[in-house]
Amino acid sequence: MENSLLLTYLILTPFIGSFLILFFKKGQEHLIRYTALAISTIAFIISVIIYFQFDSANAGFQFIDKFHWIKGLNIHYHVGIDGMSLLLVLLTTFLTPLTLVSSWSSIESKVKEFTFFFLMLEVGMLGVFISLDLFLFYVFWEAMLIPMYFIIGIWGGKERIYAAVKFFIYTMFGSLLMLVALIWLAVYAIGPLGYFTTNLIELYAVSPQIPIDIQTWMFIAFAFSFAIKVPVFPLHTWLPDAHVQAPTAGSVILAGVLLKMGTYGLLRFNLPLFPEVSVAAAPYISILAIIGIIYGALVSMVQTDIKKLVAYSSVSHLGFVVLGIFAMTQESIQGAIIQMVNHGLSTGALFLLVGIIYERTHTREISDYGGIAKLVPVFAFALMFASLSSVGLPGLNGFIGEFLILLGSFKSPVLGSWWFTVFAASGVIFAAVYLLWMYQRVVYGEVTNPKLNGLKDMNNREIFVLFPIFIFIVWIGIYPSTFLKVSDKSTAKVVKQMYNPEKINPVQMGLIQSTK
Amino acid sequence: MFNNYQEFWNLLPMIIIGAGIIISLIIEMYSKKSEVILPWFSILLFLAAGLHALFYIGDISIVLQNMLATGGNVNIFHAIFTLGAAVVTLLSIDYLKKYGIYFREYYIILQTSVLGMMLMAAAKDILVIFLGLELMSISFYILAGMNRKRLNANEASLKYFLLGAFATGFIVYGIALIYGAAHTTSIDFITSDFNLLSGNLLFVAGVLLFLIGFSFKIAAFPFHMWVPDVYEGAPTSVAALFSTGGKAAAFSAIIATLFALFNNGGQGNFFTPFLAVISVLSMFYGSIVAIAQDNIKRMLAYSSISHAGYLIIGLAAGNYDAVAGVIFYLAAYTFMNLGAFGMVALIEGKDETNLSINSYSGLGSKKPLLAALLALLMFSLAGIPPFAGFFGKYYIFIAAIKANLTWLAILGVISSAISVYFYIRIVVLMYFKTSDTEIGFEESNNYMLAIILSVLIVVLMGVFPGSFIDLVTKFI
Repeated sequence: MENSLLLTYLILTPFIGSFLILFFKKGQEHLIRYTALAISTIAFIISVIIYFQFDSANAGFQFIDKFHWIKGLNIHYHVGIDGMSLLLVLLTTFLTPLTLVSSWSSIESKVKEFTFFFLMLEVGMLGVFISLDLFLFYVFWEAMLIPMYFIIGIWGGKERIYAAVKFFIYTMFGSLLMLVALIWLAVYAIGPLGYFTTNLIELYAVSPQIPIDIQTWMFIAFAFSFAIKVPVFPLHTWLPDAHVQAPTAGSVILAGVLLKMGTYGLLRFNLPLFPEVSVAAAPYISILAIIGIIYGALVSMVQTDIKKLVAYSSVSHLGFVVLGIFAMTQESIQGAIIQMVNHGLSTGALFLLVGIIYERTHTREISDYGGIAKLVPVFAFALMFASLSSVGLPGLNGFIGEFLILLGSFKSPVLGSWWFTVFAASGVIFAAVYLLWMYQRVVYGEVTNPKLNGLKDMNNREIFVLFPIFIFIVWIGIYPSTFLKVSDKSTAKVVKQMYNPEKINPVQMGLIQSTK
Repeated sequence: MFNNYQEFWNLLPMIIIGAGIIISLIIEMYSKKSEVILPWFSILLFLAAGLHALFYIGDISIVLQNMLATGGNVNIFHAIFTLGAAVVTLLSIDYLKKYGIYFREYYIILQTSVLGMMLMAAAKDILVIFLGLELMSISFYILAGMNRKRLNANEASLKYFLLGAFATGFIVYGIALIYGAAHTTSIDFITSDFNLLSGNLLFVAGVLLFLIGFSFKIAAFPFHMWVPDVYEGAPTSVAALFSTGGKAAAFSAIIATLFALFNNGGQGNFFTPFLAVISVLSMFYGSIVAIAQDNIKRMLAYSSISHAGYLIIGLAAGNYDAVAGVIFYLAAYTFMNLGAFGMVALIEGKDETNLSINSYSGLGSKKPLLAALLALLMFSLAGIPPFAGFFGKYYIFIAAIKANLTWLAILGVISSAISVYFYIRIVVLMYFKTSDTEIGFEESNNYMLAIILSVLIVVLMGVFPGSFIDLVTKFI
């Protein structure tokens, strides 16, 4: 694939834009908001151009840009995308402008700083998804912590300091172990390669030659770091704090994109770098994933705070994604990727809706609501829509992802038991229970809380934010091929690397033949 | 004295400082405006010496009857010392005014201490190291007590002197044993006979004593007792010098002396176990105790102990990457710490107020620029990319893993994760807390220039470490 500067433009747009924001003065909040919207929209347009130029018949990396960054240590600025990262890049650039617009009413103090951090966050997230050099990846992965830390800490809720510090140290701890593993891997690769490199593509080729016990340690270090980010049970305790305390825009990005960085990391690094260990570890990680699915759902059910409920539902949904990845069939990995996008859209929408109602009533307690369907019909409809998408109603996006994951895990040769599917499927039922029960208590019934009288419905700006998300929710639900075909070849490649088809019965790749 | 003009030219950085000291003495004697002239004259000297060292880095030679080396890493160290000292001088101008402790010898003693550091880095003979060390240390003892009327400062000075003299005793004894075993004090001769000598118990004991003596100087556990008290009692600008130039000089001497240890195939060395233990203890002790500190100078003192630990990982690894990594880390650390101490010196009120970390509450909204700069320095000290502190750690961990010391690297990152807590606590206070009390301090251009310069170097070294690394690796 020939070189392309598009990805570099993509990442430079918010980067330069964020510094542009710093030149505005106090009192120019409107200007700042519109400039940021314009900048993030340009980034979105660039990513759409990338989508249209993307060759989905090619399983390798495309749009590569590479030059020496730190010559002494053979570190490159090396970016590129394949089918797996393209969708996540699109999700990031899609959610960022919408989230910025959603914050127009909720973020009133220090707008300049907020916008600066938010665009920097976008730089970090995009960087994580497009880096093909482990060092570059690590820099983005860590640097992204700083803006998120400030967003939670400055604009968050009552317990924001605790949440911000916990988020920071938790993630930092995991990633530092990954740093050691990353260097260890690169040092080991000196043997076969003859030189020190952090180039991911070169490391793919040599890492399976590393002694298996050392691979195991490396796998654990990488997986630990990503598992904290996902978060996989039992490393999830930072998530409810961070999600609940973050401002709405922060929660949307946290749930919509940041958590995906963990699952993306598992898919991009753990599986292809350490295939043998991944196959061996698959049942254990899948068990944790299933515990996460059920635990997350059960804990969601008993929440009295809507935002907390949505936060815990992420633990449950991300459990599906992890299960999909470690089931290691093409269907399940395709399902995992589409489920990452789905979760970004539906949970993002749910957080936005919770934010919208919270701005009006300043309460998130479910018991403070009831009967608002009559007062705010548009809101009630939107909440219904987002909840059903999250539940996995056929015809909407959630169904596609969960179905593919369950199907893939059922016939997964590495899990080897359909019990995984049975337990995971129960999560779908629980999701229906906690979301619809919440919906019923919030929206239906009689208005019991006198403070709710005079509640205003969603305004045009809020509808404008949610409408595009709903379009994609329906689109993925009805015609997922638009998105599935993009990642088809890349996932097939990953699956092929994972196990020798002659040893294990080849899986029938029936469902999603690529649209050739 | 000089064999030719080239030798003179190569030694110019040290000659500039040496001649500068004499000229400064004359200025001090005859000028009534020495308070204004001397600092800027010193800055000029430091800049001239530092830039000369950087520009003529390729002039590698051994001069003055095998006593001193020039060029290569020696020049990098010289640049670190002199440019660091220039920043310290810039910080001192208003700091001394604030406390009313301008005594005319201050800047001259600053210059002598820098000359001592430069001698240590350039030494090719253990005795020259000792000469440099004493020149630096004695200057430091005086500087620590510069605030003569304060009890704290006197205590710091005395404590530093007593413990420093004790450490010097170790070093002298070590040198005596090394001489006894090797019959020479020339580092080159010792290096070439290293394999033979390493079987000699006398020699090993000598080197160990030498290392213990220097562990005092680099503030490594368990030889760190003086650090918090001295940093707290000494004027902040002076503490900035102790924690950066002083530490870098001691490391330069260790690297120069024990280069032999770095020269045996990159698989660690004879003293690895000793160094590894000191390193782990320093990192954890520094990181954990720093959490409990309320005084920002003491916090930075414990942070300095834990950074010494990371640097010693490099010594324990003992390969070429380690040398490059340690030098990079020292350069990065010098400017991060100078920036941080500069900020403390600026915010510190007269009579040592505003030293509690709580004084930094709400700085984010009161002084946005200062707070942003300090936050950046804290992130860099914590080792978060894309700042210089991160890259230094990355380099040192590469060295450690190449030397099969993966466990040490793992302990290193665990300690880093702990240290994140107290660094970001400052950020938490500045941005997430508010405070009604005004903190009164006067901003001045000198402070701002010093701090912004340090931050700029920290950012540039973090984002574009390549050219600096090329410089370091070229001459190892």
